[in-house]
Amino acid sequence: MRRLPDRLLPWASVLGVLVLFELLPRVGILDSANFPPISQTLSTLAGQVVGSDLWTAVGNTLAGWALGLGIAAALAVPAGILIGSSRLVYRSLRGVIEFLRPVPSVALIPLAILIYGSGLQSKVFLAAFAAFWALLVQVLYGVQDVDPVATDTARSFGFSRTQRLLRVTLPSALPYIATGLRIASAVSLILSVTAELVIGSSGLGRSINVARSGGDVKLMYALIIATGVLGLVLNTALVAAERRVLRWHPAYR
Amino acid sequence: MTRRQNILAIGLEIAVPVLLLALWWVLSANSKTFYFPPLKDILTTFKDTWLFKRVGSDVVPSLERMFAGFFIAVVLGVVGGLLLGLSRRARRAAAPIVEFLRAIPPPALLPFAILVVGVGASMKIFVIAFVCVWPILLNTIDGVIGVAPTLRETTHVYGISNRDRLLRVMLPAASPQIFAGLRTAVSLALILMVISEMVASTNGIGYFVLQSQRTFAIPEMWSGILLLGILGYVLNGIFVLLEKRLLRWHRGARASALS
Repeated sequence: MRRLPDRLLPWASVLGVLVLFELLPRVGILDSANFPPISQTLSTLAGQVVGSDLWTAVGNTLAGWALGLGIAAALAVPAGILIGSSRLVYRSLRGVIEFLRPVPSVALIPLAILIYGSGLQSKVFLAAFAAFWALLVQVLYGVQDVDPVATDTARSFGFSRTQRLLRVTLPSALPYIATGLRIASAVSLILSVTAELVIGSSGLGRSINVARSGGDVKLMYALIIATGVLGLVLNTALVAAERRVLRWHPAYR
Repeated sequence: MTRRQNILAIGLEIAVPVLLLALWWVLSANSKTFYFPPLKDILTTFKDTWLFKRVGSDVVPSLERMFAGFFIAVVLGVVGGLLLGLSRRARRAAAPIVEFLRAIPPPALLPFAILVVGVGASMKIFVIAFVCVWPILLNTIDGVIGVAPTLRETTHVYGISNRDRLLRVMLPAASPQIFAGLRTAVSLALILMVISEMVASTNGIGYFVLQSQRTFAIPEMWSGILLLGILGYVLNGIFVLLEKRLLRWHRGARASALS
C-alpha cells in the first residue's frame, strides 16, 4: 500500500470520522436513536442553513458575544494600562485581582438572573465579567513587559507621562492585548452559550437544549456542529485580524 | 524600587483588600435591598451552610465529579499528547478533528451528554473530562515538539530505548508546558462542574446556588457564590504551589544555564 501524501492526511481523517459516524449507527453498533447517521445530521444542518431559525439564533448568540467582548475590552484595556504602569497601584490591587480572577464567573449566573432577568442583559453581564478578567491579566503582563530602556529613553527625550503611555507602553503591549482579546473572545462566546443554556436567553445554547428536550436529535447535533463552526470562524477571524493589524510588530514579522 | 517604597507597597497590598472588604461590610450593613443583603448576614449564612452542614451532601459530590473528570482528562491528554507529539503525520491527521472539537463552546455539549449518558454523575464527569482534555493535549504536544533537538539526538546516539526516551526525557522536558495546560484545565473543570450541576443535578454547589436563587434564599445564594470564589482561588493557589515545587529542577536548570 502506498503511503498517503502528507497534505491529504487531514482530509483523510475527516473523511474517516464521517464514514465511521455514518456506518456505526447503520450497522447498529451505535444506537441510532442517540447517534443518527451523520448524513442525516448534515442534511438537517443544510436545511437549517437555508432557513431563518438558525441565523436568528446565531445572531442572538453573536450579540451576546460582541457586547460582552466589547464592554470587557473597553474596561479592561484602560484599566490594565493604568494599573500596570504604576507599581504602587499594581501592588495594592494585585491581591484583589488574584482573588477575583479565578472566581468562576458562572457562579454569578443566579445573581445575573436576579438583577437582569433572563434576557440579553444577563448574557452580556456574564460574558463581559468573564472576558474582563481574561483580558485584564494579559494587558497587565503586556504593560509590565515593556522594555525599560524604551521607557527611559522616552523619558529622557522629555515625553510626558501620557505620551509615554500612548507611544511606548501601548504599542509594545499590543501583542499581549491581541492574545488577551483572542482568549476573551472564546470566553465571551462560552459564557453567552452558557447563559442561553442555563438561563434560557435566546440563542444557539437554548436552541440546542430545546432540540434535545423535544427529542429532535438530528437538529441537536446540527446545532452543536453549527456552534462549533461559529467558534472556529470567530477564532480564525481574530487570528487573521491580529496578523494584519500587528504586521509591523517584530513578534509577527 | 527603594526600600521605603517597597514597605509602602507591601502595606498597600494588605491594606487595600482589607479596606475593600470593610467597605462592603459598612455599605451593606443597613442594606434593605433584597438582592444585596448585609455582608454580615452572608457570612452568618456561610457558616451555617458550609461549615459543615452541606459539605457531605453538596461539596464532596461536586469535588469528586470535578476531580474524576479532571484526572481522566490528564491521563488522556498527556498520553495522547505524547503520542501525537512524536509523530508529525499523526498530528496532521488529528489536527482538523482536534481543532473542531476544541472550538465547540463546552456548554453546547451538555445537551449531547445528557442525551447519551443521562443526567447522573457520569454525565458531569464526561463533560468535564471532554472539555479539560484539549488544553492538556495541545500543551503536551507543544511541549514535546519543543524539546531541544540536541536532547532528542543525544538520546538517539546513546541508543536509549523508546520507553525510557518517552518517560525519562520527553515527559520531563515537556512538563513545564504540560503544567500550563493543567492550570487552564483545572479552572475549566470548576466552571463545567458548576454549569453541569445547574443544568441537571439534584445536589452539588452549582445546583445549590441556582436553587437558592429560584427560591429567593438570597443570603444562601451569596454564600454559595462566595464558596465558589474561594474554591477557585484555592484550586489555583494549589496548582501554582505544586508547579513551583515539582518544576523546581526546571527553574534551577535554566538559572544555572544562564549564569
